[in-house]
Formats: sequence, structure tokens, C-alpha cells
Amino acid sequence: MTKRILKPIEDPLWLKLLLGGVTIGFIAILLLLPLVLVFKEALAGGLGGFWTSMTEPDALASVRLSLIAAGIAVPLNTVFGIAAAWAIAKYDFPAKTFLVTLIDLPFSVSPVVAGLVYVLVFGMQGWLGPTLVDHNVHILFALPAIVLVTIFVTFPFVARELIPLMVDQGRDEEEAAATLGASGFQTFLRVTLPNIKWGLLYGVLLCNARALGEFGAVSVVSGHIRGVTNTMPLHVQLLYDNYDYAGAFTVAALLAMLALLTLALKSVLEWRYADELAAAHRH
Amino acid sequence: MSLNVDSVTKKFRRFPALNGASFVAPQGSFVSLLGPSGSGKTTLLRILGGLEFADSGMVRFADLNWLDMPARTRNAGFVFQQYALFRHMSVADNIAFGLKVRPRNKRPSAADIRNRVTELLALVQLPGLEDRYPSQLSGGQRQRVALARALAIEPRMLLLDEPFGALDAKVRKELRADLRRIHDHAGVTTVFVTHDQEEAFAVADLVAVMKDGRIEQYGAPADMRRNPRTPFVSEFLSA
Ligand SMILES: Nc1ncnc2c1ncn2[C@@H]1O[C@H](COP(=O)(O)OP(=O)(O)O)[C@@H](O)[C@H]1O
Ligand SMILES: [Mg+2]
Repeated sequence: MTKRILKPIEDPLWLKLLLGGVTIGFIAILLLLPLVLVFKEALAGGLGGFWTSMTEPDALASVRLSLIAAGIAVPLNTVFGIAAAWAIAKYDFPAKTFLVTLIDLPFSVSPVVAGLVYVLVFGMQGWLGPTLVDHNVHILFALPAIVLVTIFVTFPFVARELIPLMVDQGRDEEEAAATLGASGFQTFLRVTLPNIKWGLLYGVLLCNARALGEFGAVSVVSGHIRGVTNTMPLHVQLLYDNYDYAGAFTVAALLAMLALLTLALKSVLEWRYADELAAAHRH
Repeated sequence: MSLNVDSVTKKFRRFPALNGASFVAPQGSFVSLLGPSGSGKTTLLRILGGLEFADSGMVRFADLNWLDMPARTRNAGFVFQQYALFRHMSVADNIAFGLKVRPRNKRPSAADIRNRVTELLALVQLPGLEDRYPSQLSGGQRQRVALARALAIEPRMLLLDEPFGALDAKVRKELRADLRRIHDHAGVTTVFVTHDQEEAFAVADLVAVMKDGRIEQYGAPADMRRNPRTPFVSEFLSA
């Protein structure tokens, strides 16, 4: 029998067990347990209770509002994200690094601050607020402001996913397409888009998850009008503050299910298109 | 109907890449741009292909003011060193690309396109590889597909940027001979960039030796070997 020799970079068993145990314990207590508890509380009154809370008009209104806000913000950010990534990856211009930094801004600014900025611009004490109200245009405490802050907060997701992918792929294929007689639009549809489609879908999923879950920025601009300007996260807080725990956990469970669905889709994509996505993750 | 390149200059930011390059190539000739790395070969070729813009100078080809035309209307086939095949398309779709993006009234029928692809694959000696993807091909095979793709548009000019640079010596020799055969068959004007003087002399009718963004000497290989005009040229040819 030969004695098992440790490789130079191999750690002793006790250390591996310790690190593994801490990681699993951490995930279990901080991530899984809360998730399980959300569903347990939501179902505390049985399936019937869950159904009653879910179909309550204000809860349904919050689901609808969240879906509308995400439904507008996500497609727009998909277009903005593709445009920004295209400009950065395919062209050379002086302010490029500055633009990349700017795209990351929503990640580094607290969402509450983002919300307050919109209040400053569109509020009654703000720059545009009085003029807009004179013309009967309502932005703050209405759908437009909710959509605007959601766009702001979720802007980086698609662009961040695409920039490294498109930089990595270079402009060779687009140049080849041009010499073969393709127009800019034909090149985009037939060459660029197919090359980025999985990275794009991945970015859109992340963008959508955040758009549905955003709390801070939306909270500042929504006005919290029950059944009118409360998105799902805001409605959860309102129910919770009113001691309606069954209702709060029901809507929270719905949000959690949307998150789990996103995770599942993301895993399927990662598993099915591992090679194509690998290039996108060399950040 | 000749290619007339006249005093073309190009700066990148402040750095000059081309300092007034001029040469004249008769219709249907095979010209090689030869020179060390950084001498401006790629820049000149990309200007001819419409992928880069000259700061000053003129290029006339077949009575066309060549530099005023966008790349997509020049009908000049371009072959890149790194192949630049469309990675998500099969070999057949790569080759058919230039035909499929034509406006409807000039686009061949699906059956004609299929036949043309088969023909071109035979011409570059890769029959039957229609359904492969670029990632399933060797370097030499990829470059043959790139050549077939460039020929599919029936180009009036063929531009190649060190197309065999990434391949081993044996494959280079085979491809070089095939390229010359295809050039003669298609009757195009070809500009071929290389830093390998043996390759340039073996394949081209006319060689332009480049240095620091200028053409040091231009002529037929035999004349140039007999009569190198500058120390740089004689040194470069004996290297
Ligand atoms: N996109 C670019 N930006 C800045 N400098 C460049 C660019 N392309 C080429 N150059 C410079 O121009 C000179 C000529 O380059 P190039 O035409 O690629 O030479 P070659 O193909 O003969 O090696 C080189 O010094 C190179 O560094
Ligand atoms: Mg070069």
C-alpha cells in the first residue's frame, strides 16, 4: 500500500470539511430557510386561504402593475442594452471608458437615491413637475414614474451581459458581411443577433427578475396608493405593516415563485448552452 | 479596367500607417503586397476593401472612383487571416450569405444558390462539406470555405490578408497553388498580402515591397530579384 501523498495545492481533509460545512450551513440558514418559511407562512391558512389572499383585488392589482412595469422596462432596456453594447464593442471613440462606467452607475447608486432624483425632476417642487401638471401630465405617483425608475435600476443587466461577449467576438464577422454586400440591418439580424442570442436572453432574464423585485426606487416615486400604484414588493410591505401576515406572505410567495422560475430558466440555459455562454462570463 | 492606387495616406490618431502608397495593376493581375510586420499592408488592403478610410489619395478601378463607394457596393471579396466565418452558420449558409442578402430582384432562386454552393465547394476542393459548421473544420478547410464565400458574389476584386498565415507549411503550399488556379479561372484582380517573400514570389505576377507605409519597389518577381533598387529590398529578399 502506498501512502496517499498530498498534492502541493491540496488542502487537508479537515479544512475541506470545514469550508464545505460553513458554505452549506450559510446557504441553508440565510437562503433556503427564509424561502421555505415564506411558502410555509403563505400556506398557513391552507390552499383555500392562499387562493383568497391571492385573488384579493388589491393583490391582483399589484401583480398587474408589476407585470406592466416590467413589460415596458424590460423590452426598452433590451433595446438600449443592445445599442450600448454594440457601440462599445464595435466602434472606437474617445469617451468609451467613461460610457462603460456610466452604464454601471445604477449598480453603484442606491435605488432610493435614484427614486429621489426623479422626485426632484418631476415633483411639484421639482424642475418639470408644475409645468407637467399644468398640461395634465402625471408622472410622479403614477405608472410613468414607476416605469422610469425601473428602467434606471435595471439598465445595466443587458448591456453588462453583452459587452464582454461582443468585445470578445470582435468585428470580423460584421466586416465580412459588409464586404459580401449586406446592409447594416441585414448584418445585425443575420450575423450579430444570432451570435449574442443566448447571452442576450440571459441578460433579459436577470433584468426581468430585478424589474419585478425592485423595492427602494419604486417606493420613493409610487405614492403607495393601495390597488393603484403599489407594485408587488410594495404591496407586501403594506400588508405586512397592517398585520395581514397571510396576505403579505402570499404575495411574497408569488414573488419568490417568479424568482425561482427565473433561476430554473437560467439553469436550463446554462446547462443547454454552456459553451456559448462561457464567452459571456469572462468578466 | 486596371486598378490604380495613387498616393494613399492614412494616419491612426497621430501615427502614420500609410505615407503615400501608389501602384498600378492591370485588370486580372495577381499583385502581392510584401513587407515586414507594421509596414502598412493590412491598412492598404482594408482601404481597398472599404473597411478603412484613407485620409488622402485616390483609387480608381474600372473607371470607378473606388474610395467613394461603401464596402457593400464594391463587390470585392475579402479573405481575412482569422477566417471570420459566420460561426453559427453551416458551410453552405456561409458560402450562400452574399447571394441571400441581395435585393429580391437580383437574388438567385434557392435551387440556384444550392447549385452554386456545390460548385464552389468543388472549386475549393471541399466537396460534400455543406452541412458542417466552421468549428468542425481544420484551419486549411476554414480558409477554403472563406475563399469560396468570397468567390460566391462573383467579385471583381479579390483581397486576401495573410490568408495562410495561421497554417502549416505544407497546407500553405497546397492552398497557394489552388488560389492561383482559382484566380486564373475567375479572371479577377487579386491583391494578396503576405510577409513571406517566397510565397509572394511563387504566386504573384507583380510584387509591391512595402516599408514604413510606402512602396519601396514594385515590379515582376524576376526583375526585382535581378535588380533590387534599395538595400532594404535586397536585404528583405535574401532573408
Ligand atoms: N486600428 C489601428 N489603430 C492604431 N494603429 C493602427 C491600427 N491599425 C494599424 N495600426 C498601425 O499602423 C501601422 C501599419 O499597420 P498594418 O497595416 O497592420 O501593418 P502590416 O499589416 O503590414 O503588419 C502599424 O504600425 C500599426 O501599429
Ligand atoms: Mg497585417
